[in-house]
Amino acid sequence: MNRLRSGGVPRFIVRRLLLGLLVLILVSFVVFAATQALPGDPARAILGRSATPASLAALRKVLHLDRPVIDQYLTWIAGLLHGNLGSSLAAQEPVTKLLAPKLVNSAVLVLISAVVSIPLSIAIGSWAALKREKIFDTVSSNLLLVLAALPEFVVGVVLVILFATTVFNVLPGVSQIPPGSRPWNDLSGLVLPVLTLVVAVAPYVARIMRASMIEVLESDYVEMARLKGLPERTVLVRHALPNALGPVFQVIALNLAYLAGGIVVVEYVFNYTGIGSALQDAVINHDLPVVQALAMLIAALYVALNLLADVGTIVVTPRLRTRL
Amino acid sequence: MNPMTDADIAEAGISSAPPPSTRASSLLRRSLRLGRTRLGLILVSLLVLLAIIGPYLAPYGPSTPVGAPNSVPGGKALLGTDYLGQDVLSRLLYGGGSILVMAVIATALGMIVGAAIGLLAAYSRNVLDDVLMRGMDVIMAFPQIMLALVAVAIIGAHSWVIVTAIALTTAPRIARVARGAAQPVVERDFIACSEAMGVPRWQILATELLPNTLGPLMVEASLRVTYSIGVIAALAYLGLAPDPNGANWGTMIQENQIALVVQPWGVVAPIIAIALLTMGTGLIGDGIARTAAGIDRARGGE
Repeated sequence: MNRLRSGGVPRFIVRRLLLGLLVLILVSFVVFAATQALPGDPARAILGRSATPASLAALRKVLHLDRPVIDQYLTWIAGLLHGNLGSSLAAQEPVTKLLAPKLVNSAVLVLISAVVSIPLSIAIGSWAALKREKIFDTVSSNLLLVLAALPEFVVGVVLVILFATTVFNVLPGVSQIPPGSRPWNDLSGLVLPVLTLVVAVAPYVARIMRASMIEVLESDYVEMARLKGLPERTVLVRHALPNALGPVFQVIALNLAYLAGGIVVVEYVFNYTGIGSALQDAVINHDLPVVQALAMLIAALYVALNLLADVGTIVVTPRLRTRL
Repeated sequence: MNPMTDADIAEAGISSAPPPSTRASSLLRRSLRLGRTRLGLILVSLLVLLAIIGPYLAPYGPSTPVGAPNSVPGGKALLGTDYLGQDVLSRLLYGGGSILVMAVIATALGMIVGAAIGLLAAYSRNVLDDVLMRGMDVIMAFPQIMLALVAVAIIGAHSWVIVTAIALTTAPRIARVARGAAQPVVERDFIACSEAMGVPRWQILATELLPNTLGPLMVEASLRVTYSIGVIAALAYLGLAPDPNGANWGTMIQENQIALVVQPWGVVAPIIAIALLTMGTGLIGDGIARTAAGIDRARGGE
């Protein structure tokens, strides 16, 4: 980081933006190379052995396979930048039209999960730090450790077993959203997918929050604030909490990025109509244009959130700025 | 080409001995003093044992029909039958092996490649460092399961594809840790000393840098095994196991989820197996991490 000494925050942001762009370009190479890596003739690999020569030729034209590789890449990238992601091979529909409503559904799912899990995990982490080594801390720390180790689909299926079938049959275990409908039209269908994602994310954020809060509570300025005679409430809310949040910011952004991948499995568990189950579907059907579009989309989201994490951490932690 | 002798070095006042490092075996031994590490080890040992000797104990073959589909426990089938009338207990006993073998190989491959890249990057201190780590960033731009899905979509759900995809996504995360741990070590005198003595680069990396980064690497490795198991089981759950009809805990959960209300054991049994396994690796990882942090703190206080 000492390389950045002369530039300060704006220069740091520009550098990170350029780096993010570079990563995205490299990612696009990888995703594009995916079509090239198909063994033999991609058109035949997609359509199978029984394909007629006419349909093979048609598909080659759709995929621009009759042109040089560089041309193919540039056409694909240009289309991508214009929002033209090609046509789904399975649905015979433009990818954008196919994915747009599902993207909205997934975004709703991720946003609600974030809105629920972030304050919850910050509260749990802070409370555990305040009650360090007491019963709440011990129980929550061990519980979070165990929950963090469970794969999301295991959490999801366990929730289905508990709340949608045998034990308490109170919630729907399937959250399929009919075409034209919106996820918020049936809130009960959102409960279990959201809960699964919350369980997947909260342990990490809460554990970092606890560690960060413990460090802050032991710091000189918190002791100073207490010695000044400030009420404990003020000490915690005005002095300790804002400082403890700095390192947590990065973890939150990383976990949001992680949610972008986590929804693939969670949406499948609940048959939720989103980009995650669309990806599973496309993979099973070898629908490459859809796989490419989703890979680029999720990678872009991932890069953007990582960028946000780095910039956000610098902004909320003035201490780090002086080190730039 | 005249390597310094030990006496020269002693005269120059430079110690050629590496700093006292936490040896991997001692870190492991110390971490076993914690109850959680022991509990984790017991869980993992039980599950590994189950996966290894399970096929010999199974009352039926994994694909032998033994009764009506989705029949409840009792009679011939101790845990009932699945959606095709196969014995749930037998499939449970057969179903852990492939997940475990693939997870261990994938994590080990990712560790080797990641550690090599991370150490090389830290040691080079030049443009190679940037090139290697930006390359790692590109791979890390994909969530782990995403890259595995894309690879499977293109090539197919073969074991080697899944193992390679997981190793490939594990490597950059290991590389980051290795580089971070090696960076302060690279600046130490004993490295400069080895360079001056003409020790080959690979030997410096393998015998001087690597042992000094093993602590953080082991913490990361235990975390990665947990994730690898999760991703491999999740792929099987998504219908992308190498053998789509074979006995596999992830596949079992997917197949029997529809009949959950009638015959929960087809889902509950493999769920318990996966949960205990990942909890076990998670507990071991936490034990090692706590021990390593404790050693660091003690050293900082010296």
